[in-house]
Amino acid sequence: MSNETIDLKTRLVTDFYARESVMNGEASSAFHQKKRAALAEFDKLGFPTTRNEEWKYSNVKDLTSVLYNFNADSSITSADLEDLKIPSQEANILYFINGHYNAALSVFVSASSQIIIDSLQEAYKKDPVLINTYFNELVKDENDAFTALNTAFAQDGVFIHIPDNQTVEHPVILRFISDARVQNVGSQPRNIIAVGRNAHVKLAEAYRTLGNERSFTNTVTEIFVSEDAGVEYYKVQNESENAYHIGTTKVKMLDRSQFYSGTVTLNGRFTRNNLNIILDGERCEAHMYGLYFPDGVQHVDNHTVADHRKPNSESNELYKGILRDRSKGVFNGKIFVRPDAQKTNAFQSCKNIVLSTDATMNTKPQLEIFADDVKCSHGTTTGQIDEEALFYMRSRGISQSEAMALLMFAFCADVISQIRIDSVREYLEGVIAEKLASK
Amino acid sequence: MLSINELRASIEGKEILKGINLEIKPGEVHAIMGPNGSGKSTLASVLAGREEYEVTGGTVVFDGKEILDMAPEDRAAEGIFLAFQYPVEIPGVTTINFLKTAVNEIRKYKGESPLDAAQFLKMVREKAKLVSMNDSLLKRALNEGFSGGEKKRNEIFQMAVLEPKLAILDETDSGLDIDALRIVAEGVNSLRSPDRSAIVVTHYQRLLDYIVPDYVHVLYKGRIVKSGTKELAFELEEKGYDWIKAEVEAIG
Repeated sequence: MSNETIDLKTRLVTDFYARESVMNGEASSAFHQKKRAALAEFDKLGFPTTRNEEWKYSNVKDLTSVLYNFNADSSITSADLEDLKIPSQEANILYFINGHYNAALSVFVSASSQIIIDSLQEAYKKDPVLINTYFNELVKDENDAFTALNTAFAQDGVFIHIPDNQTVEHPVILRFISDARVQNVGSQPRNIIAVGRNAHVKLAEAYRTLGNERSFTNTVTEIFVSEDAGVEYYKVQNESENAYHIGTTKVKMLDRSQFYSGTVTLNGRFTRNNLNIILDGERCEAHMYGLYFPDGVQHVDNHTVADHRKPNSESNELYKGILRDRSKGVFNGKIFVRPDAQKTNAFQSCKNIVLSTDATMNTKPQLEIFADDVKCSHGTTTGQIDEEALFYMRSRGISQSEAMALLMFAFCADVISQIRIDSVREYLEGVIAEKLASK
Repeated sequence: MLSINELRASIEGKEILKGINLEIKPGEVHAIMGPNGSGKSTLASVLAGREEYEVTGGTVVFDGKEILDMAPEDRAAEGIFLAFQYPVEIPGVTTINFLKTAVNEIRKYKGESPLDAAQFLKMVREKAKLVSMNDSLLKRALNEGFSGGEKKRNEIFQMAVLEPKLAILDETDSGLDIDALRIVAEGVNSLRSPDRSAIVVTHYQRLLDYIVPDYVHVLYKGRIVKSGTKELAFELEEKGYDWIKAEVEAIG
């Protein structure tokens, strides 16, 4: 790098206008105007500091102190992917390398009458009006610099549409791979998932890294769940020690729909997951499960929102964490019950095991209830491994390390068993067992 | 088989065992009785290797090996088993998986190859029958939501599976009704053999009606103050512990 220092924010803003200047007519489209507004918002907000309440325990200074190549080419081959030991399953599998859709590696098994899958770019070319009805509709008011940044640069990612009354048998697995073998790379995938009435689908986003240079992933997924629809959505993060990940998933649910999520963070230098669910219908059911297992100096932050806007719906949340070494964990769970949302049931629980005196966990449940006939509960626990249980196991001949592994595996099992895509669950069980055995 | 010599142990700086001497030969069953707070459970815990207790003196030799420096799991692999007074509930770990791990860890310690699933299941089913343990409990999380009787039965079941040389039963009778007590005792008796020994720690004589000991020792203030045969237990049942306390104070 030269002596001339240019910060990440300035570089991004400059890049945006440079790209815009070569866009010709497209720059005046409604789609681009959304991006333009988002860039202005990002420029105004700047990257958050720890003075921002939403980022109090998660400092992004380290992440924003270097530059990333957001247009890095990758010579990745299927042989390179072998190293990542990704399980195979009969599924629709889409690969994104450094944020760009890779058609050659991707496979589709479901019929196009059941599910429409396109890269966002492709989908926009086919039907700009349709894409524009969804794009940014859920996250436009997030007031979050990273979300605005993603909107401004949204180019690749996926558009998935499940027509009314279709049940997609095979899962859709989105694999985002950062190829950081030769340089610092950045990617900003943008996904739109629109699930029609009484349609059902299982999805997973999986994040991996190749190489040891830095990677910065800033991802946004907007999920529209129509009446009577059912969506299972899993996010699996097993990235490198130099991987920085900021992700926002925003979901809007309509009457009688079900949304079921699992967020599992196994490795990565810095991870921030925002999962915001709007229950904008009656008799909806939202389930949120999460597991994080940081070690070394890893940092994992999960912010969730269950926003109850209509009566008679239910949200249920369980997040669990095991923290080792000098790792840090953050959990912030908001539950809003709006005045109209009578008869809401909302439950939240966050349980942590802190295995080292140098590891820290910050938990903050935040309930704002404006209706009077509701059932809400929340609880957080942070503790050590149960010594009595450990001794009990050892007195039966089980070594201390094996006993610890069994107890921790059992601790994780509550969450892992909720993952209903078999190959994803089995993969996670394997990685967790490996990680437990590593110390 | 077990030779305890001048064993002293304390917890949080307070000395609980103040010089225990005990000799147990293969096939013998020794009962340890005594009033509350005399150190009975401490003795059981120290033998099993509970780390909260600090051993401040003495030796314990089991099968020719000094065990006080051994980890609890190594003692278990050598053949010592502690049936807990309060068995621990472990959510998420099934009884069957727990036992399979235990059995195979012990086999590994002895340099034996692990049992395969079929061999293990066959063995476990036989042992479950022995202690009238319901198969459905095996698939449930270890002790989670078990009744008091089920927990104690599970202890005896685990003992049957692990086949220890020395079983230490720590107040296994506490909290059991008479039927549960009989089942537990039958389980223990069925495991008696010329090369297996047991220490039965109990507050009451009741259990000893079912598990008849070869010797009875009275522990008081951290020492064995009286030893005898099963008749001593009857005497204690009849007269309580006050006469023993008086005897000790008179000498002390």
